Amino acid sequence: MLKGYISPYNATVVQKLLDGGAVLLGKTNLDEFAMGSGSTDGVFGPVRNPWSYSRQYKEKIVPRSDSEPENSNWVITGGSSGGSAAAVSAFTCFAALGSDTGGSTRNPAAHCGVVGLKPTYGLISRHGLIPLVNSMDVPGILTRCVDDAAVVLGSLAGHDPKDSTTVQDIFQPFALPSLTDVSKLSIGIPKEYHAPGLSSEILAVWSKAADLFKNAGAKVVEVSLPHTHYSIVCYHVLCTAEVASNMARFDGLEYGHRSDMNKSTESMYAATRREGFSDVVRGRILSGNYFLLKQNYEDYFVKAQKVRRLIANDFVKVFGSGVDILLTPTTLSDAVPYVEFIKEDNRTRSTQDDILTQAANMAGLPAVNVPTALSGRGLPIGLQFIGRSFQEKQLLTVAKWFEKQEMKYLLCIQILQISGYTHHQKDEFQTSSGERC
Amino acid sequence: MAARGCGGVWCRVLQRGPGGSCSASRPRRAVACNARGGAVPLGQSGLAPWAAVVGLEIHAQITSNSKLFSGSQVQFAAPPNSLVSFFDASLPGTLPVLNRRCVEATVMTGLALNCTINKKSLFDRKHYFYADLPAGYQITQQRVPIAVNGSLSYSLCKDNKMSQMVTKTVRIKQIQLEQDSGKSLHDDARSQTLIDLNRAEGQLRVDANISVHHPGEPYGVRTEVKNINSIRFLAKAVDYEIQRQIKELENGGTVLNETRAFDSKLGCTVPMRDKEGKQDYRFMPEPNLPPLILYDAKSLPANVNHQQVVNIDWIHERLPDLPSVKRAKLVELYGILPEHSFTLVNEDGLMDFFEDVVKQTQMKPKKVIGWILSDLLSHLKQHSLTAKESPISSFLLADLLNLLENGDISSSAAKQVFEELWKGEGKTPLEIVKEKQLELIQDQEELEQICQAVIDEREKEVMAIKGGNEKVINKLIGLVRKATRGRANPLLVKQILEKKLSE
Repeated sequence: MLKGYISPYNATVVQKLLDGGAVLLGKTNLDEFAMGSGSTDGVFGPVRNPWSYSRQYKEKIVPRSDSEPENSNWVITGGSSGGSAAAVSAFTCFAALGSDTGGSTRNPAAHCGVVGLKPTYGLISRHGLIPLVNSMDVPGILTRCVDDAAVVLGSLAGHDPKDSTTVQDIFQPFALPSLTDVSKLSIGIPKEYHAPGLSSEILAVWSKAADLFKNAGAKVVEVSLPHTHYSIVCYHVLCTAEVASNMARFDGLEYGHRSDMNKSTESMYAATRREGFSDVVRGRILSGNYFLLKQNYEDYFVKAQKVRRLIANDFVKVFGSGVDILLTPTTLSDAVPYVEFIKEDNRTRSTQDDILTQAANMAGLPAVNVPTALSGRGLPIGLQFIGRSFQEKQLLTVAKWFEKQEMKYLLCIQILQISGYTHHQKDEFQTSSGERC
Repeated sequence: MAARGCGGVWCRVLQRGPGGSCSASRPRRAVACNARGGAVPLGQSGLAPWAAVVGLEIHAQITSNSKLFSGSQVQFAAPPNSLVSFFDASLPGTLPVLNRRCVEATVMTGLALNCTINKKSLFDRKHYFYADLPAGYQITQQRVPIAVNGSLSYSLCKDNKMSQMVTKTVRIKQIQLEQDSGKSLHDDARSQTLIDLNRAEGQLRVDANISVHHPGEPYGVRTEVKNINSIRFLAKAVDYEIQRQIKELENGGTVLNETRAFDSKLGCTVPMRDKEGKQDYRFMPEPNLPPLILYDAKSLPANVNHQQVVNIDWIHERLPDLPSVKRAKLVELYGILPEHSFTLVNEDGLMDFFEDVVKQTQMKPKKVIGWILSDLLSHLKQHSLTAKESPISSFLLADLLNLLENGDISSSAAKQVFEELWKGEGKTPLEIVKEKQLELIQDQEELEQICQAVIDEREKEVMAIKGGNEKVINKLIGLVRKATRGRANPLLVKQILEKKLSE
């Protein structure tokens, strides 16, 4: 639909980076209109996870048959901001921007072994972010370590008069302290995040991480977010409704693809939208319009908003009971091969993959994926921290502490062995904060 | 998009029976008031009376420097599509930002119409596809608008007589802020429509909703009438539609819940094409605009930036005098008739003109008003001018009225001077009087001579007067006036004539 469209203005986040001296290296691939969890449904084709070509992965692959072509078992990046995650993971850039509506930044961050930060809703301007779900979207930040994420956050956060949903409070950029004493910290482990389909590997990693905190003196408690299992359905109703609304502007009249059909305005609209939108997008538009019909509005949309309030309240209660940070898995498993992934349709996949990430979008809370370990197949596994509204500093401080622990260190060394990079080239990959990754 | 306020007005046009209780044995003549207050029979005699319910949806464009949700300018008659921001063109990623001035304007309107101002109001999206709506939805306030439950009192002349005024009240259901659409220009020759996204046409647009029912029964099915371009056509459209519905129902038909267009040439309403079933607008809250919170003196938080909030009480204090107050003040201050105050207030600039003249002349306001409302106003109307554009300034008119008041000229002479002044050649009233020799004859003897001359000429009339027909003296006065070319004081002439005739 937007093929050939060049925006005449910069998004606020892009402009802020440019104003801060950042160098724009390029634009990245994604699922069309950010709908998807694999970055496989874009007009430019699917995104390949750089880890597909890492020694760790290649060593672990069991070739299925001799007749199989060489590169048929490359894995997906996750999505929808897979291109950005891949770019950061492959060391092509210092940082990348994505979007996060149901996990679209954290999910690919986990699969690509990078840090993916979803800020609090209202902290960073959405002016220039093509909306998917206006009430849940945030710009996402992808970097190789937590300190870098904090730096990027510092230059992006703050009130934007062009976005009425950003908060008025003045944002103070911060440097992350190096936490040494976690004894005052209370980590919550939500039991509902032990979701069906969670791989035993990830479960083990999660458990090990919890133990890490406990052994370091933090208080680790099991908590409950009882409405978690409603969140997917709720998300679907609200997401498709907003999508139907937000996509109404794509009619070919003012910009973008316009069909050659010109018998009447209406037929031109219909043809333009049929040609310009993928099946995924059209499916969501139809669903959304259904939920917004007058006769359905109360039963679906309003109901979903009420359920959303319940989900948000779950978090309020838990954080109000003394828990500082929640620790959960980010994904159900490591990255699957592309040929496996496409066996299920987009909607089914999204339903499955979003389950651990999208409650944070419902509640507008900040959350971050921190790469934690490698799976048995040599692919990255990440864990998610969820914090209180606008407490990014606390969230990232804890994340940074975790990053430094032994588990992460193991992962780091192995990253440097992607595609045959050898040990002595470690020095080249220094982060902005001067610490060796 | 440009800002637009939208008000819902409901008024009941009641039927008036011949008075007394309803009696089944006596066929009643059902009547109703039309817009001019005259009795109009509703439906056929002998059948049950009808009552009509009319609701008006009024779209009024707010005067502001920039549009409601985008920063682009508002300018009358700008070249097409020259005032379109990224948001107006619905470019992806753009977000609405509420214009403060528009909110203030809406609050002012709400207060002026006795509405309750909602301290919290919400914005919604109303979805439909049309070329003049780039986003595919309009941002409006469907659930909770800014102002609700107001009223407007107005006066109606009974039987076209300004002296018989009836005060009525109409309910204002709500006032809401909403986006305007673009302007469509239909080019039938090339089967195309051109869209100008600056703003829509027309500062004031009205749609009427009309239904009829028998009193005591539930309301009837309503139709919506669009394409009404003036107040006069509004009255015609409403009257026509009421009659059409009554005829339809009395003939056993039904009224469809449809949208009709008013055809001004034929003076009737016709069904609009392409309306299959009712549109479902799929209303949804506008997620990019948080609820609009308005404050008053009590609820205003401390330490808040005055620029960041809208204070209802602050606006209330700064409301100008409403028309009803202005009229009452005029009547009290100047002793003019209420119906005169209406004209003064309703005609742009006329009230100020009047007050300026009053300040500069000794003539009593009650007399000045006649000059303003008949002489000046009729000339202005004839030449389509406003009071501010009048070729006769308030100073000049005051000057003229002073001459009249001092007895230097007669009133008919004054009218002649008025005509001369209207030419706008820069002469003062005194100059014109001198030039045309319009001064009143002050010499008593000269007047007596002229009167005598007339009496001598008109034996027949003199006989009639002496015979008791006193009114005929006016004819003699008229003749004297003619003879003096308006330079005789009519009262004095009358005195002299009467004295002479009684001798």
